[in-house]
Amino acid sequence: MNEHVKAPAAPRTLPRESATFDAYTLSEIRRAAATGIYDIRGAGAKRKLPHFDDLLFLGASMSRYPLEGYREKCGTGVVLGDRFAKKPIELKIPVTIAGMSFGSLSGPAKEALGRGASAVGTSTTTGDGGMTQEERGHSNKLVYQYLPSRYGMNPDDIRKADAIEVVVGQGAKPGGGGMLLGQKISPRVAKMRTLPEGIDQRSACRHPDWTGPDDLEIKIEELREITDWEKPIYVKVGAARPYYDTALAVKAGADVVVVDGMQGGTAATQEVFIEHVGIPTLAAIRQAVKALQELGMHRKVQLIVSGGIRNGADVAKALALGADAVAIGTAALVALGDNDPKWESEYEALGSKAGAYDDWHEGRDPAGITTQDPELMKRLDPIIAGRRLANFLSVMTLEAQTIARACGKSHVHNLEPEDLVALTIEAAAMAQVPIAGTDWIPGLTGRF
Amino acid sequence: MNASTQSHSFDLAAATVRDLNAALHALKDGSNASLWRVSNPRGLHAIAAGLDAPVTVEIDGPVGYYCAGMNKQATVIVRGNAGVGVAENMMSGRVEVEGDASQAAAATAHGGLLVVRGSAGARCGISMKGVDIVVGGSIGHMSAFMAQAGTLTVLGDAGEALGDSIYEARLYVRGSVTSLGADCVEKEMRDEHKAQVFEKLKSAGLDGQVDPSDFKRYGSARTLYHFHVDNASAY
Repeated sequence: MNEHVKAPAAPRTLPRESATFDAYTLSEIRRAAATGIYDIRGAGAKRKLPHFDDLLFLGASMSRYPLEGYREKCGTGVVLGDRFAKKPIELKIPVTIAGMSFGSLSGPAKEALGRGASAVGTSTTTGDGGMTQEERGHSNKLVYQYLPSRYGMNPDDIRKADAIEVVVGQGAKPGGGGMLLGQKISPRVAKMRTLPEGIDQRSACRHPDWTGPDDLEIKIEELREITDWEKPIYVKVGAARPYYDTALAVKAGADVVVVDGMQGGTAATQEVFIEHVGIPTLAAIRQAVKALQELGMHRKVQLIVSGGIRNGADVAKALALGADAVAIGTAALVALGDNDPKWESEYEALGSKAGAYDDWHEGRDPAGITTQDPELMKRLDPIIAGRRLANFLSVMTLEAQTIARACGKSHVHNLEPEDLVALTIEAAAMAQVPIAGTDWIPGLTGRF
Repeated sequence: MNASTQSHSFDLAAATVRDLNAALHALKDGSNASLWRVSNPRGLHAIAAGLDAPVTVEIDGPVGYYCAGMNKQATVIVRGNAGVGVAENMMSGRVEVEGDASQAAAATAHGGLLVVRGSAGARCGISMKGVDIVVGGSIGHMSAFMAQAGTLTVLGDAGEALGDSIYEARLYVRGSVTSLGADCVEKEMRDEHKAQVFEKLKSAGLDGQVDPSDFKRYGSARTLYHFHVDNASAY
């Protein structure tokens, strides 16, 4: 080899980013190092989780015949709360609007939710901030949340409500209380919550006057007495131990149990809480249904499932696994206009982008939904946004009916686990349906 | 009671709490002359819960959880002890407990007056939102936790962690305080505060029995109203 000939440069490997220390993780370490405080954001778990996309319907075949898609009836109505309440709630569709507070959302956004839900015959839900005229006035059926903070709680509003939802927890943060930072504690929000304006408000995580299922039974009795046993009483839990929580809620006298998986959104909480506490929606449903079945209460105490419901297929899958209805929050906000690409430049100015914006606690939402800023609020027309939500709810319902008819069901509640298969071992184990093409249900059957 | 007072007797050994509450809920504002005497309460729950009329209900014996819960307008007198959450979320009116009260007395209450002649257990006035509470004896630990508004006047002692994470409520304690909770501090007792204590004692029928000057005032240092990394140890 001629030593005067320059050796070619040795091939170099590509820069390799760590899967463990990925770009987001590095950015969070830098953010934490710079600020000394945990990251707070809105929305639910964003990590990849086993979800409804990992399930498929089998549809009709030789042994099962379908219903005509445009001719044969497929019912979607659901009655909630007929166990004890004199006046159960009757919904035309099995999709409800989950609890979101006035304070976290603007008044016009709450009005839009009411308009949209009412147009298609379903209910909306208050949140950790009391009942506003915007939502009561525009919601034909309104569920009034009974939260640890009891902000704005009063017997007049409780009597105006169509149902009461005792909130034990929510999927984004089982074991955590509400949070609303100072930017959103406007004079009106502060007055409703009996708080000083502009403070960083952290709600209690436990109810002030009851602890555990035995107390809850007495609390529910009191709420029934105050409302003369008219209103259905829901108990909402974040998905953590859904089998036991559901059983205990039934024991405590609930008419309806709401189980909210970790994809369920929040207005504001620590990122570490959202991503690391609680279990996925898919993992919670069969456990809750099992508790109801063992108690002989399935379809007698209704089950509402929420957390990452996005379309009619998700609705159909949740119902097939045993839910009576679902609730949507994040999807409803998107239907109103949240994270719309038309505000892209403004999202970028906030250091985010359309589709990823989750700093709802800062009150600077370009879409005018998660804000108390009077100017930003004007960007949301509650009539137009309400119509968009109604459209979306209608599409979800039509999609669920489409699947139900394909499976030969004359009511969406007739969907059943037998109609489903899974694409992954994880989803099969959680949903307790076989992996597609096999009769293997991990954890239940021994064969592949 | 004036001469036109109509008195009703209700025996909870012969009828249910539901029957009693249904009858009381049927009362209209115009029935302000009514006096209801309830016997045999036997620690039953939710007695006289959800009232909304200027009626007086005298309960002859001990009550269970949530007596006079969410009360509006009514005067409810318990001639005995009261269980958890007496007068919880009261909006207005007056609730008197002649014996002791258990935990969470007047929890989250927005208005009205709760008088406990004996002592109150833990979490008295938790998350109170405007109610006035007067306790003749002592109060348990974690009382006035996250107390937002209103007054808590205690003639005896207070347990551990009084006023933890308190907002704008005013706490007046005549005896000792085992410890103060996060962000709760002793504050100067000025003449306006002595006048307020006197007013609350008077409304409870306890004026003249103790000297308002004997009370100390406690309230929020307001250091936790905003997140700050240097306060992390207090969160």
